[in-house]
Amino acid sequence: MFKFIIFTFSFIFSSSFGGEIITSQNYTDSSQLLQVLLNSINIPMHPYIDFGNTAWVLTATALVLLMTIPGLAFFYGGLVKRKNVLSVLMQCLIALSVISVIWVVFGYSLTFSPGKGALAGFIGSFDWAFLNHVGFEPSPYTAAQPYARIPHLAFMIFQCMFAVITPALIIGAFAERMKFSAYLIFIILWSIFVYMPVAHWLWAQDGWLLKMGAVDFAGGIVVHINAGIAALMTTLFIGKRKNHLHSHPHNLTFTVLGTGLLWFGWFGFNAGSALAADGLAANAFVVTNTSGAIAAITWVILDWIFIKRPTILGVATGAIAGLAAITPASGFVDIYGALGIGIFASLICYIFVIIIKPRLSYDDALDAFGVHGVAGIWGTFAVGLYATPLVQSAYKGLASGSLHLLKVQSIAIISTIVYSMIVTTIIYWLINLTVGVRVDEAEESTGLDISEHNERAYTIIE
Amino acid sequence: MKMIVAIIQPHRLEEVKEALYAAEVNLITASEVLGHGRQLGITEVYRGVKETGNLLRKIRLEIAINDNFLEKTIEAIIHGAKTGKVGDGKIFVYDLEDCIRIRTGERGPTAIG
Repeated sequence: MFKFIIFTFSFIFSSSFGGEIITSQNYTDSSQLLQVLLNSINIPMHPYIDFGNTAWVLTATALVLLMTIPGLAFFYGGLVKRKNVLSVLMQCLIALSVISVIWVVFGYSLTFSPGKGALAGFIGSFDWAFLNHVGFEPSPYTAAQPYARIPHLAFMIFQCMFAVITPALIIGAFAERMKFSAYLIFIILWSIFVYMPVAHWLWAQDGWLLKMGAVDFAGGIVVHINAGIAALMTTLFIGKRKNHLHSHPHNLTFTVLGTGLLWFGWFGFNAGSALAADGLAANAFVVTNTSGAIAAITWVILDWIFIKRPTILGVATGAIAGLAAITPASGFVDIYGALGIGIFASLICYIFVIIIKPRLSYDDALDAFGVHGVAGIWGTFAVGLYATPLVQSAYKGLASGSLHLLKVQSIAIISTIVYSMIVTTIIYWLINLTVGVRVDEAEESTGLDISEHNERAYTIIE
Repeated sequence: MKMIVAIIQPHRLEEVKEALYAAEVNLITASEVLGHGRQLGITEVYRGVKETGNLLRKIRLEIAINDNFLEKTIEAIIHGAKTGKVGDGKIFVYDLEDCIRIRTGERGPTAIG
């Protein structure tokens, strides 16, 4: 009898609920509207959802979440002093929470919905606020893969994780000295006024950089350059930490743990950006791993030559540089490109972190600019060098005999740098004039864990 | 009564303990400390940033003894801790005014044993 009830229940459930999702026989108003929208941008509507692709994109979403916390949180957390480790973990965890809510309320709409009037190429509208029109039907955002047929909701939540990790990357610049209240205001304003527009430029169907032909497969411009430049600006404004030359990592084992989780999550970041479980995803997976690996090797060789010891922080930093650099290119290059991108990512970042930073004497505490920003710029530029028609036939770099991509990539890099620089500066000064950005000297000496959160990560006596 | 404070290399702690047990010295407290003597600290490098003069890890032993055990104890510590290289550490000896066993309230030399 009991079995019968369960059987009947599951039958009703699967036939009514499942039938609706899978076959979509009766379109609702929103899906008809979507149909009109899709026709206008020339992507055929496929009423069927592809299970495999959807499963992969949802899995990739969870992998990208893992990059922010615990990945990035522990990568950064290990690098700060023991009295500040909780403040970094807190900043990562709260970024996930705050941006996730903003994203579903209006962030996704501002970023990805079609823009209005003269601003169309620059920012979306509020038409998709509270996920209005974002439902079970296939996403219009599978431009690279028109037959991927993943639900719009799946695309939305995948993109949410990118919006979360980008402001979290900036933490590395102002770690150990920023007020928590100022940090909260900063990430909210920065997401709205910097992340969302720049993501719209490159990833929305009507973004002006996308229309010009610039490409960013998984976030080299939108995530890494954008956050890297914001990191540089905030680190210049907030000033050095006290004793910044004597701020060695308090727990490198955490940093290595974080590196492993970031590397693992990066497969979701890059291969997930194919929005399908197919060859393009597999290619992105392979080049991501290759670039991270060769960059790690390159950095440790440089360490060995210049500071006489192969350091584990060097391997970890190199891996992150290589992974960041391959991000914009992972859908356009093969392993030759991956090897070139990885080697030069470490070389260029090494010069920035080891030579240029100390000479210019700014205190990018955890090298958010020196590693993410610089590698992002290099990787985006490198798309114009290494893109090969063997991966996506429409994209040819200089190595395949075309200069066009290099040109538009450079325009994309420069416009993002300039925009992020200006707007980050405005946001920073607005916050500094109102609540103040930096903690006072006594609070900094005590450590942010106690002064900002009244908590302590480690006990000395139980 | 004497109080001995010895700073030794962390990796010689086991040998020193064995030598002290052999000399029938049981009252010992150890703590992890940082410091350096004439050999100065080590240089660490993090992303190219050099930090010189970082203090080295050491073990600090505190041992209370009766006068007749003094030489035996010093010999035991040297026997256990000596490697012949710079950084083996130091032994300091103080006069000890009193010693009280908390459990029984005994005082003086009998409390040490």
